Amino acid sequence: MKFRTPISLAKGLGSAKEGAHHWWMQRLTALALVPLSLWFAFSVARMAGAGFEEMHEWISNPWVAAFLALFFIVSYYHGAIGVQVVLEDYISSEGTRMVFIIITKFALALLGAASLMAVIRIAATG
Amino acid sequence: MAEFRLPANSVVKQGKHFKADTTSPNMRVFKIYRWSPDEGENPRTDTYEVDMDKCGPMVLDALIKIKNEIDPTLTFRRSCREGICGSCSMNIDGSNTLACTKPIDECKGDVKVYPLPHMPVVKDLVPDLTNFYAQYASIKPWIETQTPPPPDKERLQSKEDREKLDGLYECILCACCSTSCPSYWWNSDKYLGPAALLQSYRWIVDSRDEATGERLDELEDPFKLYRCHTIMNCAKACPKGLNPAKAITEIKKLIVERRGG
Repeated sequence: MKFRTPISLAKGLGSAKEGAHHWWMQRLTALALVPLSLWFAFSVARMAGAGFEEMHEWISNPWVAAFLALFFIVSYYHGAIGVQVVLEDYISSEGTRMVFIIITKFALALLGAASLMAVIRIAATG
Repeated sequence: MAEFRLPANSVVKQGKHFKADTTSPNMRVFKIYRWSPDEGENPRTDTYEVDMDKCGPMVLDALIKIKNEIDPTLTFRRSCREGICGSCSMNIDGSNTLACTKPIDECKGDVKVYPLPHMPVVKDLVPDLTNFYAQYASIKPWIETQTPPPPDKERLQSKEDREKLDGLYECILCACCSTSCPSYWWNSDKYLGPAALLQSYRWIVDSRDEATGERLDELEDPFKLYRCHTIMNCAKACPKGLNPAKAITEIKKLIVERRGG
């Protein structure tokens, strides 16, 4: 038996006073990804059939490296906050939800760091 | 977790069939969700045959006819029978709407009538709206001011400012929108839902209210507000033709505006 009034349950722990940043960053990263993913898709398609040396040379171009780095940062960030929304929607148990969100963020941070390191290494040694 | 399947004790079974003893050519079949807390059994759909030559045009007319003439145990809420009280909201022919303003003619085949989706059922077509009303109360749906009212007249409002309330004040709190919203199905314990958020925006945008900032503070929350993903079921379901999704978007825009982008 829960001796709690409906209003007390509806108010719960109150407002987190955040969420706007998350929501706004989702929109901004989506906007940034429109040109970035177009550029990425066209560039990769143009390099079809290229060998190791050609790809290496392409990525060593500082502009290409910069755009690649940007593409990776923005897309992994967008992915992380997007998956977080899905987890928040569908997992109602606080503990489980938090564990999955942390795993997602750590995994995407690792992938992002690995991708960035790859670009930096080729660009720096090119 | 989100529930994609009904729990075993909520699976709807085939119920009784009330055959009409008439040869009228103008018969319609109603399949209505039935559940009583006293019976300890699974919900069922009972089938009723109704002579349309002796029945009003709306689904509520048929429900009242069934209750009066065929099965007095059928339980549902109704009051005004003209779409202003919001009592007879239910799921008819797959959509949430008001039984009193839904013409039977618009339903295809057998008329399927269920309670509002994903709400606890009190009995038959009566859902438990306690949490829905508590959420409405939590957004403080009344004017909040520091300035005392003028002693000799009303608080004034320009015609332009009054027009901003059009499309908001007409809400009758029937809960058709909130109970059609998947985000509300999965997280109604924390997500306020389209009805409460539209009502909150009604006070946020009211030029006479002086608590706009506090109202936005209270709403800025990943669950209370940002579970809305603009799915638009709310606007599609609203029997008054309102657009809660737009009101929610306006709230989100105001919150971005005050933080400067």
